[in-house]
Order: sequence, then structure tokens, then C-alpha cells
Amino acid sequence: MSVVRAERLVNLVLCLLSTRQFLPAERIRSIVPGYNDAPNDDAFYRTFERDKTELRELGIPLETGRNWSFDKVEGYRIARRDYELGDIELEPDEAAAVALAVRLWDSPELTGAAHGALLKLRAAGVEVDQGVPAVVEPKVRTTEPAFAPLLAAVQAGQTVSFDYRRPNPTELRSRTLEPWGVVSWRGRWYVVGHDRDRSAPRCFRLSRIVGDVRSVGRPGVVRRPADVDLLKFVASTSSEPPETATVRLWLANGRAAGLRRRATVVGERTIDDVPGAVVELEVLHTDSAASWIAGYGEDAVVLEPDVLRKAVHERLLAVAEAR
Amino acid sequence: MNASQERLPRLLALVPYLIARPGIALDDAAADFGVTARQLRKDLELLWMCGLPGYGPGDLIDLSFEGDTISVNFDAGMSRPLRLTGSEATALLVALRTLLDAPGVADADAVRRAVAKIEAAAGQAQPAGVAVGLGVREGATTIKAREVVQAALRARQAVHMTYYTASKDEITERTVDPMRMLIVEGRSYLEAWCRRAEGVRLFRLDRIDEVTRLDEPASPPPYAEQTDTTAGLFRPRPDQAVARLVLSPDARWVSEYYPVEEAAELDDGRLRVWMRYADTSWMVRLLLGLGGDVIVEEPVELAAELLTRASAALARYR
Repeated sequence: MSVVRAERLVNLVLCLLSTRQFLPAERIRSIVPGYNDAPNDDAFYRTFERDKTELRELGIPLETGRNWSFDKVEGYRIARRDYELGDIELEPDEAAAVALAVRLWDSPELTGAAHGALLKLRAAGVEVDQGVPAVVEPKVRTTEPAFAPLLAAVQAGQTVSFDYRRPNPTELRSRTLEPWGVVSWRGRWYVVGHDRDRSAPRCFRLSRIVGDVRSVGRPGVVRRPADVDLLKFVASTSSEPPETATVRLWLANGRAAGLRRRATVVGERTIDDVPGAVVELEVLHTDSAASWIAGYGEDAVVLEPDVLRKAVHERLLAVAEAR
Repeated sequence: MNASQERLPRLLALVPYLIARPGIALDDAAADFGVTARQLRKDLELLWMCGLPGYGPGDLIDLSFEGDTISVNFDAGMSRPLRLTGSEATALLVALRTLLDAPGVADADAVRRAVAKIEAAAGQAQPAGVAVGLGVREGATTIKAREVVQAALRARQAVHMTYYTASKDEITERTVDPMRMLIVEGRSYLEAWCRRAEGVRLFRLDRIDEVTRLDEPASPPPYAEQTDTTAGLFRPRPDQAVARLVLSPDARWVSEYYPVEEAAELDDGRLRVWMRYADTSWMVRLLLGLGGDVIVEEPVELAAELLTRASAALARYR
């Protein structure tokens, strides 16, 4: 931003904050330094439009209106009560929480916004020391290219469409969604909204979106139902009921540390001249347990249940027969 | 946002900031705004030229410099910062609420008070459209390990622990100097200086089998640097081997769970991936577990090793 432009915009803000009257563009042109340099009307209005957009993008509440019903053109002002941040004082422990919160995001969009907020809090007189170490420091990262356009669409209330790939059964199809929010659950980002194709609420994992997110229709159209809890919606969709079972394994002595540390030794046994231990292990559902145990190859053998023994055997057989 | 787009918000915040801190040193102010002292001086010079219509001596913003400190004599009506935008309020408030979700967060009450105050000051800018759940799951052993680790962090004490290294499938004893506890992608880690490895390491809390606080201070060397988490915790190194794998639909989760270098869609929903790995034994464990849902295309040594291991394992089931 050139010095001239920055100076003009600061002066514009000060001028509109100081007036209770709506100031028409022509009046602003004659008052605020910088505008009278415009060589003609066109140039002035182009510059003024750009400046108004910039102020609005910063969140400055630019009001338009007429002072008298017979005024021919609308004027501008900034209402101080809408412009100014309310009074705020934070205790040291509250400020420490804010400092930690600002460090949460590893995300260009959210980091920038959080720093913007911090800047304003500091300007309001709050002391926030960023150097204080924390006992626990959560981090939330956004890496998916779809994140920025979806966050923008959520904030603008605009419908989107995108291609979505479901892994199993594999399917790639276009979805049209009225997005209610973006949700990070266990480190993965989802978008939740009303799926127009299914006419039902749905959530989609951002990493499975293929290509660009396209906006559909105008902003301000999407209405999020008041009673929807975004986080609960995603959490209830993605978590499986944990079923645990106790299984019995043989582990070669000195091997399969990853299984052994979770297991209880109940006996000794030698298999194929290899000394080992018989252990009991709590596992979640059979499928992932079979993969986990099969990974240890000849160092871990399932003794029971039979269904798990077969599942592991099948996996090993499939690898051996792959050639 | 680029440097020039950040300037206007800073210019609008500067005067109220200075009013709240009469006589603040230029360097301190520059540090708070994350700019150089030189840039801050330029900003102040610019503000000095701004003011109210009339733009005479009594209308312009008036700042006074004494030595290296600054004070505001006239603010031209800019005494308070601009209120938070919707995005700013969302980014800050959602982050604060996320802290409440972190196991063992130091002071939940302070977080709640901060949320209430910021909500009140932000006015109508309500947070919406972003939600975060860390969703950390902890078993009984992990809860105990975390409590010891957090107590050690508070007391700045070293710890001794029994730790399971998944990549090598081995259990080792280590003495480490704790630096901080991180929660990333639903998992908790202790970041510490490992005296055994002589480097900063991240230890997953659910892989700490036993941990005790030592009666000696944590003293990571001054050159021990915190891990930069912005690019993810695990960055594949160029010296690692690359496996070329074909995943069936049932094994596609591998490409979402582990970092892959490259992926190419094949027919029938299969996916060819290039994946770096540091430890062959780890890769063999992963592949054995995937059974027939993966084909190893490269390297041939990995495929051969896999076959040998599978045949040896099958012998146990005869």
C-alpha cells in the first residue's frame, strides 16, 4: 500500500468517524486529502469505490444514508458505537489463555485472523505475553486446499459444489452442498451442511475433495439450522462403537514388543523349537487386530479365537501368494 | 495477507495501543505488532500526517517522542481499536474453546473467563461456522503418564521413562528433559530433549509405558529448538527409501493415514502411491498386516523380504 493510499484511508476513517452527518462523495472529495488529486470524476469515483471496499473488508461499519429526505445523493459515515471494540480487561491468567489460543492454529487463514484479533486486544490495552510456556499446547493444522474456499463459503453463506471421492466402495461424484460449517475432529477437517443431492445433512472429509471448490449462486443464501451441533454431527458420524475382545497369542521370546507391552503373560510354550510366551491381549474389533498381529509375521501366532486365527492366516496367505 | 494489506489494520490499532501505554519504548511496541522498529517509525510518521478535516496543527494526530519512547498528545478521535471482525472473533474464540478440550489444560476457569470477556467486548460478531474437537482418547496408562509429564513440566524436572518406539518395535529406557506437551491430530506428545539420542524428540504419550519424575531439573541445552509444527510433525527425509505400492479400495486408508509423496488413481478404485519409510521392519509390518490389499511394486528387495516373512509366518500355522 502506497503511503498516499494508506494516509488517505486513515484520513477517510477519521473524517467519517468525526461526522454525525452523512457526507456525500463529492463532499468527501473536497475534504479528505488525496482525493482532489484525481484528474477527473471517473478517476475519483473508481478510487473512492476501491477505498470503500477496502474499509468494508476490514470490518469497518460504513453506513450510507441521507440527512434529509430531499437530499439527492446518499452520504457516508461511521457510527462510533459500531466501530469501537468494547471495553475489555484481562487478568494475567486470562491473557495467558489468549496467548496460547492464538498459537493453536497452523493455518494461513485462521492464524491471520487470530493475530488480527490479538492486535486489537493489545490496542485495547490488554497485555498478552506470547513467550509464556504452556503445560499443554494443542495445534490445529489446515493443509487441505479445499479449506480456504469452504471457510469463505461458510462465512459468506454461499452454496458450493465439488467432486468428492468415497474410498470404499470407490465412487467419484459431484456434490452440491449448502455449507453450515467446517469442523476439525481428531485432526481431520470436515465440511458439514445440507446436501442438495441427498436432501439431507451430510459431512464430507476435506482430504477427499478432488479439484476445486466452486461457488454456486449468491452469497447470503445458506441458513444454518439453529439446533445443529456441528461437532456432534461429525463425531457421531465418524466414530465406530468400540468392541473389545480378549484374544490369546503366542509371542516369540524377545520379539513383538508392540504386542507384548499391551499383553499379559499367562504361560510358556515352544513352537517349532522357538521358545515363547502365551499371552492374553485386549483388542478392538477383529479386522484391525488381525492386521496388527499379522504384521508381526512369525513372531506372533493367534491361538484363539479361531475367527481371528483365520483372519491372520488369510492375510499371510494373500501376501505369500501375491506372486 | 501480504505486508501492505496488514498495514491499514496496524495503523488503525497503533494510536489506541499507544494511548493505553504512555511512554512505551519503540522497540517494545514494534515487537507487539510483529514489525521492525524501522517500519513502526514509518507508520508513526504517516499517522503524524493524518487527522481531522481542517488538517491544521490542532487537528492532526500528535505524537511525542522522548528518546526512544512514544506518547500520544492528540488522537483525532481514534481512541479505541476497531471491533473484531466475524473471522477474527471466530478464530480466537474457537481456539479458546478448543483449549478446554485439551486433557490437563492448566486453567479451564481462566479460559472460560477469557471467552466470556471477549464475547462481551466483540459485540455482535458471533463465532460460527468453525468447530474443533481434539477428540483425544486416553487409556488408563496414558492418563497416568500424562499426569506425571505435566507435573514435570510445571516443576521443570527431568523424567525417566520406558518408551516404545514403533518404527523399530523396541522398548527403551530414556532420561529426557521435557520442553512442552503438544496435541496434534488427536494425539498427545511430549516434546523433550532426549539425553540418549542427544536431540529434541517427540514422544507419543500412549507409547510411554512407565514414567517417573527425577529429582533433578530439566535442562535442555540452549540450542534445543521446538519442533516447527506448521508443516506437520513428520517430514519424510530425502535419504529414506521410497516404496511404490498399489492399494486396493480396502487399503486406501493408508494414503490418508500416512504421508505419501505422490498418488495416482488406477481403475477399480485402486491407488498407486509412493511412500517414504525410514525403517524396513516397520514397512514390512504394515504390509504384512494389509495382506492381499496391497501390491509392492518397488523396491524389489522389500517385496522379497515381505514374501520371506509371510512364508515363515505361514509355517507357524500349519
